[in-house]
Amino acid sequence: MHEIIVELKSLSKVYDETVALDGIDLYIRKNEFLTLLGPSGCGKTTTLRLIGGFEQPSGGTILFEGRDVTGVPPYKRRVNTVFQRYALFSHLDVFENIAFGLRIKKFSEKVIKEKVGRMLEQVNLAGFESRDVNSLSGGQQQRVAIARALVNEPEVLLLDEPLAALDLKLRKEMQHELKSMQKQLGITFVFVTHDQEEALSMSDTVVVMKDGRIQQIGTPVDIYNEPKNAFVADFIGESNIVDGIMRQDYLVDFAGSSFDCVDFGFAKDEEVEVVIRPEDLVLIPADNARLSGVVSSVNFLGVHYEMIVDADDGTSWLVHSTLMEPVGTRVGLGLEPMDIHIMKKVRP
Amino acid sequence: MKRSTLFPYLIWMVLFIVVPMFLVLYYAFTVPTESGATWSLENFARFFEPIYLKVLWRSLRLALFSTVICLIIGYPAAMVMAGNAFERKSVVLLLFVVPMWMNFLLRTYAWLTILERNGVINVLLANLNLPSLNILYTEGAVVLGMVYNFLPFMVLPIYSVLSKIDRGVVEAAGDLGANSLQVFAKVIFPLSLPGVVSGVTMVFMPALTTFVISRLLGGGQFTLIGNLIEQQFLVVGDWGFGSSISVVMIVLILLSMAIMSFFEGEEKDVALW
Ligand SMILES: Nc1ncnc2c1ncn2[C@@H]1O[C@H](COP(=O)(O)OP(=O)(O)OP(=O)(O)O)[C@@H](O)[C@H]1O
Ligand SMILES: [Mg+2]
Repeated sequence: MHEIIVELKSLSKVYDETVALDGIDLYIRKNEFLTLLGPSGCGKTTTLRLIGGFEQPSGGTILFEGRDVTGVPPYKRRVNTVFQRYALFSHLDVFENIAFGLRIKKFSEKVIKEKVGRMLEQVNLAGFESRDVNSLSGGQQQRVAIARALVNEPEVLLLDEPLAALDLKLRKEMQHELKSMQKQLGITFVFVTHDQEEALSMSDTVVVMKDGRIQQIGTPVDIYNEPKNAFVADFIGESNIVDGIMRQDYLVDFAGSSFDCVDFGFAKDEEVEVVIRPEDLVLIPADNARLSGVVSSVNFLGVHYEMIVDADDGTSWLVHSTLMEPVGTRVGLGLEPMDIHIMKKVRP
Repeated sequence: MKRSTLFPYLIWMVLFIVVPMFLVLYYAFTVPTESGATWSLENFARFFEPIYLKVLWRSLRLALFSTVICLIIGYPAAMVMAGNAFERKSVVLLLFVVPMWMNFLLRTYAWLTILERNGVINVLLANLNLPSLNILYTEGAVVLGMVYNFLPFMVLPIYSVLSKIDRGVVEAAGDLGANSLQVFAKVIFPLSLPGVVSGVTMVFMPALTTFVISRLLGGGQFTLIGNLIEQQFLVVGDWGFGSSISVVMIVLILLSMAIMSFFEGEEKDVALW
């Protein structure tokens, strides 16, 4: 399980003017579901295209099971790709689309029938063999694209925002299907998305990127609970991020009060960013509360209410709670020391 | 479109397409008598005399030959233009389009001065002490004229289809293990077929019916169907026979279009016309 299959070493890519990738280092383990997560333009697609061999790196190397594959063309890599916009062959039917790679590899007709048949079953498209791909729905086209790649039994499957074009319900379904296929087939998935929920729910490892650099690599739980910097915290789920001052180990000042926390190792009076998840803030009576303010908006989101509390010092706090206080009410906000995350300041 | 806006076009079509077509049909299926005309297939019977069948055969042969050469030259040209080198693309496109701004007759006359016994080519050859060539007034010259004049009609539709092919599809084929030759054979060429069909049609038809090229560059020795029709109307004055040949041509063209549309399959929307 821990064998490394792909390794990126200080990989960079520069297009004329833009630096798309700024020296990233990354291990991809065999059989893992690794997700590249980040805002638009952060270099996710570029990373995939470099692994797939569609672009040549400007610097650094890509190792495949320890061998340098820089310069090896895509058709010689044991990697297959599910493209962002499917890129199905419109002149071929569903069967022939999926059989494409097998025909190139000169499998016998019998083997092709068998493999394609099994694949169609796997992606719930049995009976669609002779359908024109243009007549399929988005979700079905998506599944043909996945089947077309998977039928070649690649070592690594690259998926570039494969679910982005699907509606929410279909997307959830496909997330499950993809995850279970990955487990069942034991193929390494490198999955690109800018949807943090998707990343957290599907991955073994999440790689958060920004501006061509890796911000953090870790398990979904790690990334969520221990974001390394304010960007990651902000990008992964909603967060309250305010300026604070680290008075001493385990004591931080923000919003006009001092709070106990679990962080240490900062310089005395270092300026920091304080990150608090909205669900970690608890509504308490305003009297005696160290943090208090007035509810300025309430939104019912199904499972919980989303409220904004304008604190007395001018900061605003996003609060998720199953309890509701109407707009205009004075409330206190309670929080535990371990829910206060202190980040080194990266933004001025 | 509303009926009222359609009206001028309808009039145009009736006046200049439907009426002449009926006239042609009328002349083709009648022979003049003292009291007017009677229905007859005589005009068609004449067409099947060996001398005229030979003309038909030559027309088909030369038109087909020119079309194939246009395809062989035109497809790679279209591929270069649809490729990634953006600066070169517009230059090449211009190279194909600029000659079309010039009058068709002028363009063909220009070839006369190039191919003549004392034309540009032979002067050059003489200067190099090489024997002169008799190119003008050969079948080769006629084919050359057709290829030169009709090549843009092959290149443009193929170019337009090729440039619309999604690069992702090409990458997908590479991703699935196809080398560049296989990518071409299994993806690019099949996807470009509608353009090829439309190019072939647009070259084959005018090549089949031209009479100017064969008269100027063939020196009247290589009578084509077009020449035959022209002669019947303008020289011999036998409108009946001229019309019957025209009808045969129309049938032939409809037939070849039917065959073409069979190859074209479903994707009709990409064609240039
Ligand atoms: N072919 C190219 N030529 C020039 N610049 C490019 C090219 N491809 C990508 N870039 C630039 O490189 C940067 C990274 O792009 P990339 O496509 O990898 O982003 P991404 O993370 O996949 O974004 P998205 O979520 O929008 O797909 C962007 O600034 C982009 O404009
Ligand atoms: Mg992308």
